[in-house]
Amino acid sequence: MNIRSLENKRFVNLACKLSIFTAAIAVGHEAVASSKLDQIQEEGVIRVGVLDDFKPFSFRDTSGNMQGISVELAKDVANTLGVEFEPVVVTSANRMQFLDQGRIDLIIAGMSDRPERREKVGIIEPSYGASGPTLMAKEGVIETWEDISGKPVCGKQGAFYNSLIEREFGTTVVAFTGNAEAKAALRAGRCIAWLYDDAGIINTLVSEDWQGYEMPVDPKYVNPWAMAVLKDELESSYGTLVTGLAYRWHASGKIQELAKEWDLQATSWIDQMHDKMKQDTSYLEY
Amino acid sequence: MFDIIAPLFLEIHKTTGLNFVTFYDPYEYGRFISGAGKSLQLMLYTLCLSLIIGVLGAQAQTSKSKMLRGGVEIYVQAFRNTPVMIQLLFFYFAIGGIGPVIDAGGYYEPLIPAFGWAVIAIGLFGGAYNVEIFRSGIEAVPASTTQAAKSLGMNKWQVFSRITLPLAFRVSFPSLGTNLISLAKTTSFAYVIAVPEVTYMLNQIWADNVNVPEMIFLLFLFYFTVITALSIFLNWLESRITIPGVGK
Repeated sequence: MNIRSLENKRFVNLACKLSIFTAAIAVGHEAVASSKLDQIQEEGVIRVGVLDDFKPFSFRDTSGNMQGISVELAKDVANTLGVEFEPVVVTSANRMQFLDQGRIDLIIAGMSDRPERREKVGIIEPSYGASGPTLMAKEGVIETWEDISGKPVCGKQGAFYNSLIEREFGTTVVAFTGNAEAKAALRAGRCIAWLYDDAGIINTLVSEDWQGYEMPVDPKYVNPWAMAVLKDELESSYGTLVTGLAYRWHASGKIQELAKEWDLQATSWIDQMHDKMKQDTSYLEY
Repeated sequence: MFDIIAPLFLEIHKTTGLNFVTFYDPYEYGRFISGAGKSLQLMLYTLCLSLIIGVLGAQAQTSKSKMLRGGVEIYVQAFRNTPVMIQLLFFYFAIGGIGPVIDAGGYYEPLIPAFGWAVIAIGLFGGAYNVEIFRSGIEAVPASTTQAAKSLGMNKWQVFSRITLPLAFRVSFPSLGTNLISLAKTTSFAYVIAVPEVTYMLNQIWADNVNVPEMIFLLFLFYFTVITALSIFLNWLESRITIPGVGK
């Protein structure tokens, strides 16, 4: 046997192996490409990204387990799918990245519905909650939004409204990594007010530590929050299921009930959504 | 400068989707430049402060006073054994909270702003390491040299400033350079006390524009460029100050 035919044999050998390998991959890929819904049900668990320390939507009980309105909604999604619920703590800085990376399947983390976010993730309509940024300050210090002009307000890093408020009122938002630091800075008098969601501020004012503080102005830019799935999943069976649940939560009054159960103070948007979504079934009485 | 590069980056965004908004939006450009400037200022002040503390601390370690030696020892241990982020938070919230304030109408302008506390905290942090670095340099100066200087009638301060320090500086220069570079990178921690330096600014920019990968790349590029420039400067300085026979 000369070198040529040996080389040819080796080449044919390699070519055969390569084509079988490629075919196997192709077939395997076909077999594995199932829907997100199937994947979640096969795994038996749905991972939902929730915020930590966000009363009354997602916060920890004394044994460290997550509880709250968002957690109840997430559990409802899990029960509908017949899988376990696994809460994954996210922050406003990483929730969309976690979704992209597949670390979570669903975001229920007080994420305001914004155009830039609609480009990156699949926003579920209808929204499940809403809030707007407003101010918390010592009583008597602030009367209108204009009172913050030229003065610093404490805020949280990454909030979408920081730049909007800065530009509209000519203020500087001194943003910290967490709300605890921002509130500590307010108490130390490093800023004239704390800029945050009305939901979070109302929650803070309820505690005795903050007697003598008030929420003097109405929220700006009331912005609904939305759940989110991967953009590709919005129209799939999974996205459609979550959309259906979101509608049902409003129409059936489930969110109103949860709001009452968890003592949520600002409920006018939730009541409006219930009235909007609930079908007028008076025709059934003809 | 901005007018020249803006159309280019706008074009890049439209064709490739890569969103370097800091280079085509004037508002974001302004924020990035102000953050970068603040970072450079912070690096300059902390490096200088840490050098001064290093020299003074190393000198204090050789003093006859037990209290002074003990004080420096406590300082070095405290700042080497705690993480710098914790030190920043401690200075800004714990100490800053009890410092003097000026009534600014509805809030209190603290006498030392966040930037000041960052310089102090990071400067002290770097200084602790510099004290040890200078000490090793000072100990490398041969006793015979300092004794010869004393025998010529120089007093303690003259021996230190004219003989010991120049020699010690050249011996400890490599370690010192490494520490200064590390310190320059540490300034990025100042974002935790809301110092508007480049990390803080880009963080807000990527939250607003949802272009995290591009802005993180820019942040990486910023630090890489600045630290490389610092490194080149230190290498040049080292080559300029070498005395034949010292440190080699």
